[in-house]
Amino acid sequence: MTSLLRAVLTICALLYASVAVADDFSALVQALPKGSYHARSVVVKKLGLLGDARAVPVLKALNNDDLKVAGDGTVLIVNDTTGAATSAIGGAAMGKPDPNSLDRVKANNMVRRAIRTAIGMLTLRDPDPAKRMKAAEDALKAADPEQIDALDAAISAERDAGVKAVMAEARAAAVLKSDAPEAQKLAAIHTLGDRGDNAALAALVPVANSKEPALAQAAKTALSAIREAQQFWRLAQNIWFGLSLGSVLLLAAVGLAITFGVMGVINMAHGELVMLGAYTTFVVQQVIRADAPGLFGWSLAIAAPLAFLVSGAVGIAIERGIVRHLYGRPLETLLATWGVSLILQQAVRTIFGPDNRDVGNPGWMSGAFKIGQMQVTWNRLWILIFCLAVFAVLLAVLKKTPIGLQMRAVTQNRAMAANMGIRTGGVDALTFGLGAGIAGLAGVALSQVDNVSPNLGQNYIVDSFMVVVFGGAGNIWGTLAGAFTLGIANKFLEPFSGAVLAKILILVGIILFIQKRPRGLFAVKGRAVES
Amino acid sequence: MSAHHPHAIGGLPPEELPQLYLNGVSRAFEGFKAINNLSLVIEPGELRAVIGPNGAGKTTMMDIITGKTRPDTGEVLWQQTVDLTKLDEADTARLGIGRKFQKPTVFESHTVADNLALAIKADRSPWATLFHRADVAEAARIDELLGIIRLGDKRHRMAGDLSHGQKQWLEIGMLLAQDPQLLLVDEPAAGMTDAETMLTADLLKSIAGERSVIVVEHDMEFVRALGCKVTVLHQGSVLAEGNLEMVSAMPEVIEVYLGR
Amino acid sequence: MPRQGLIDRRLAIFLLGLFILTVAVPVGNLAMAGKPVPTYLVALIGKYLCYALLAVALDLVWGYCGILSLGHGAFFALGGYAMGMYLMREIGARGVYANPLLPDFMVFIGWKHLPWYWWGFDHFWLAAIMVLLAPGILAFTFGWFAFRSRVTGVYLSIITQAMTYALMLAFFRNEMGFGGNNGLTDFKDILGFDLASDGTKVGLTMLSAVALAGGLLLSRWITTSRLGKVLVCVRDAESRTRFLGYRVEHYKLFIFTVSAMMAGVAGALYVPQVGIINPSEFSPANSIEIVIWVALGGRGTLVGAALGAIIVAAAKTYLTGALPEAWLYALGALFILVTIALPTGVLGAVETGIGRLRRRPAAKEAEA
Repeated sequence: MTSLLRAVLTICALLYASVAVADDFSALVQALPKGSYHARSVVVKKLGLLGDARAVPVLKALNNDDLKVAGDGTVLIVNDTTGAATSAIGGAAMGKPDPNSLDRVKANNMVRRAIRTAIGMLTLRDPDPAKRMKAAEDALKAADPEQIDALDAAISAERDAGVKAVMAEARAAAVLKSDAPEAQKLAAIHTLGDRGDNAALAALVPVANSKEPALAQAAKTALSAIREAQQFWRLAQNIWFGLSLGSVLLLAAVGLAITFGVMGVINMAHGELVMLGAYTTFVVQQVIRADAPGLFGWSLAIAAPLAFLVSGAVGIAIERGIVRHLYGRPLETLLATWGVSLILQQAVRTIFGPDNRDVGNPGWMSGAFKIGQMQVTWNRLWILIFCLAVFAVLLAVLKKTPIGLQMRAVTQNRAMAANMGIRTGGVDALTFGLGAGIAGLAGVALSQVDNVSPNLGQNYIVDSFMVVVFGGAGNIWGTLAGAFTLGIANKFLEPFSGAVLAKILILVGIILFIQKRPRGLFAVKGRAVES
Repeated sequence: MSAHHPHAIGGLPPEELPQLYLNGVSRAFEGFKAINNLSLVIEPGELRAVIGPNGAGKTTMMDIITGKTRPDTGEVLWQQTVDLTKLDEADTARLGIGRKFQKPTVFESHTVADNLALAIKADRSPWATLFHRADVAEAARIDELLGIIRLGDKRHRMAGDLSHGQKQWLEIGMLLAQDPQLLLVDEPAAGMTDAETMLTADLLKSIAGERSVIVVEHDMEFVRALGCKVTVLHQGSVLAEGNLEMVSAMPEVIEVYLGR
Repeated sequence: MPRQGLIDRRLAIFLLGLFILTVAVPVGNLAMAGKPVPTYLVALIGKYLCYALLAVALDLVWGYCGILSLGHGAFFALGGYAMGMYLMREIGARGVYANPLLPDFMVFIGWKHLPWYWWGFDHFWLAAIMVLLAPGILAFTFGWFAFRSRVTGVYLSIITQAMTYALMLAFFRNEMGFGGNNGLTDFKDILGFDLASDGTKVGLTMLSAVALAGGLLLSRWITTSRLGKVLVCVRDAESRTRFLGYRVEHYKLFIFTVSAMMAGVAGALYVPQVGIINPSEFSPANSIEIVIWVALGGRGTLVGAALGAIIVAAAKTYLTGALPEAWLYALGALFILVTIALPTGVLGAVETGIGRLRRRPAAKEAEA
């Protein structure tokens, strides 16, 4: 039927056009100024079907009344403001012709409508698959029966399976609005039902209310299937957001879990050690931008070990200079390290200024991809992977290395460890340094998702304490479970209560939870702890 | 305080009811059975020594009696009427169970006299203590206690300034001030001179009779000086019970003490 | 047990100082020509006295009972909000929107009715009761849960911090009906007295001095009672105290609640003097700053806590004006130095010093 229609249109065009035109780009453009509006719209349509991207600026110019024809019949695109002209066919610059020597190629509504369709069709044939995808998505939203032919043409020419599928869905949405026979419409409902997102919902809802019972029934079935699928993906998305938040919390908290859980020391400057890691990343990127822009993709890989060392060194300095004098006095330690946190904050403010500093995402950290209907950003995914890697390495260090063994020995029985010849002072410093170094790594990761400012640490300190307290001090597996539980719980509450209230509810929840399990989810039980 | 349904044991008249009755008590910490099916009966006025190697469950036993630790299974009854497993430390103290710790714990930033005054049996509610006024009877009782523990000249000293042995005595004085019916005494002789040790033994013997006393001790000389029934704990349950000569002759006791 | 005197030497000296202040401020500001005590100084003194009362409240729980609350700013802020609500209603139809019933911020966010928890706040007496009740109930509820389940030490500190943080987030929300971000401000008068006038400012400062004196006397009365001694027992040997038959959680709950109410009074006096209360008063950093006042002055001394608050607040006023960069360095260094080098605080160090000076001649005499 469409081919018949096309044949009829072609015959009409031939009849109306004063000259017979060959179906090539330059001939069609040359033909544009000639003949009636109707003839012009036919030529426009042909330009659309031609699939030649050069036609797009010409059609746009026609739509904007910028298409002019010179006395010698040359078709020109004239810039409205500068008056500079280019050849519509070759795109060559043609100087600034006298406006009075030019005739405007006029367009009425019929022509403009043809232009819109043609441009849509041309974009559907764009060499860039992303642009084609965009055009197909637009067509899906528009669901215009007039575009069915163009979509058919595009589908048959399309090589990319993903784009092709979206085109087919766009065609289905258009079919549902057309007066196509029931069988075609049922097939269209099926196509859209498989797509299963909001665009599909929008296209199907009117059909579900249609007067034809078979169609309405099919649409309703498809709708409920879509809604179920959407629920599933929403769940998946929430879990993903929760895991992502949890990974950030875990990174911020796991260093704290070492100093608090393993050493019994409250380090209120932990957040500032995270901040130092983020600023280290900033400095590394500044140096790379200035001296070796080619290395930018490696900036985080370079920053991570440096951040570990910077924060770790500061941590060891804190331990040797302050915390060491306060062992056995946890409340005093808390206050003294708070003092350190104020000094570090102000130092960073003095050196780098109070404003947010710009830390860039390397290419491999930016952008997103989709799994089903779930949007996954690369930076969040990498942070999750990074966080799990840090956790695994930490676990290995604690379990498998001599220093880890010594740390555990000192934790369990300081006096005995000292008698066995372990230098407990050195072990304390290293343990604190390890916790601080991990805070630095957390800073590298956080610089990718949060503002790098002197307040960075303050924003995480309460949260990370909650994670450690909830998970149970002295058990880094507890910290892992705590971080992800709190992250996911937060994201599931958010849709119902809003972000702030969700956070408040979580805090209140933890305060109540502590009453039941004063030593956290995975508390170390036993006489030693109780006494 | 729950009024437990009285258990009648062999139809004894009430005044003959055991002061403390433990039956089949067990408590595990992360799989380690600190107390394993422990049964123990202490009569009113009885003096009992509990001995056993480290980790035999002595401290956990006292934790359970005083309500600090809940047993996983088993009965702990006070005068056959009160279920001690439902009470906490403050409840059991008010009921009449006094406890002295192995490491002497006194209130170091209070004077010796204040330490005793705070221990004297009285209304323990915040309201009562807020409006409390010292009276003649209280002062007399403090004088009496200071005499018993021979710290009369240290009355206004901070308890933190006392020597280790003096703290032991002060804690015993605080225990007496509570006027308890059952005393749990954990290694009272630790850190005392020989002479002081013997004085302590005499004191405990004189207390028993009116009150029940359980003494946990390592020092065999001290236990011998007490001259009372001995319970040997091993791996959380009772290994032997009887007088010191008898239990120390038992092969299984010798093995536990010397065999490893 | 003989009761210690209610007023010892250090309290006597401090109360005398307060009395001189309450005479000097009105005379110097209102009665003398040329105002030797300028009004801005009157307002500053009033503010410091409120901080001092807050510090005394914290010392009561931390110094005497060992509960390091990192959330006392919350009680202070709640007292302040209760007073602020009264002051808001006092504005009446004089607000920008001239609504006789609704405060400006409610009109601004499109509310039509006064929420129920604002009812009655046009009466000063109700606000005054709420100044005590709001922090008192929060402290009682929080303490009931926390102390019963024996949450102690740093765990307790951390959850008190979480408490004030949660409240800060809550009060930032416009939907709470407490003015959101901006809080309550633009007050006009209190009980008919114009808040901008010198007379009112002097009056509020004197009232703050009286409240501080009252708070100190009450605290001293509590801490010298037998209950006070039990509190020290709880601080030094909690488990032992239980084995003596004292229900530790009841004692903690009592002192925590009293302390919270005292902090609420401090907040209520503070708000009319500074003219604003907003959610940042709940920020955890504020609450930790209170701790350093007490630590600097000397915990467990009451008077020291009050002095510490005044010293730190005065230093803050001076430094944030003269060297804004230096303030956080100084505060941070103060935290470190006090915890490491001055465990008994300034008052403790000074008194030990004086004691040593006195003892030295005596010792020489004895030697001779």
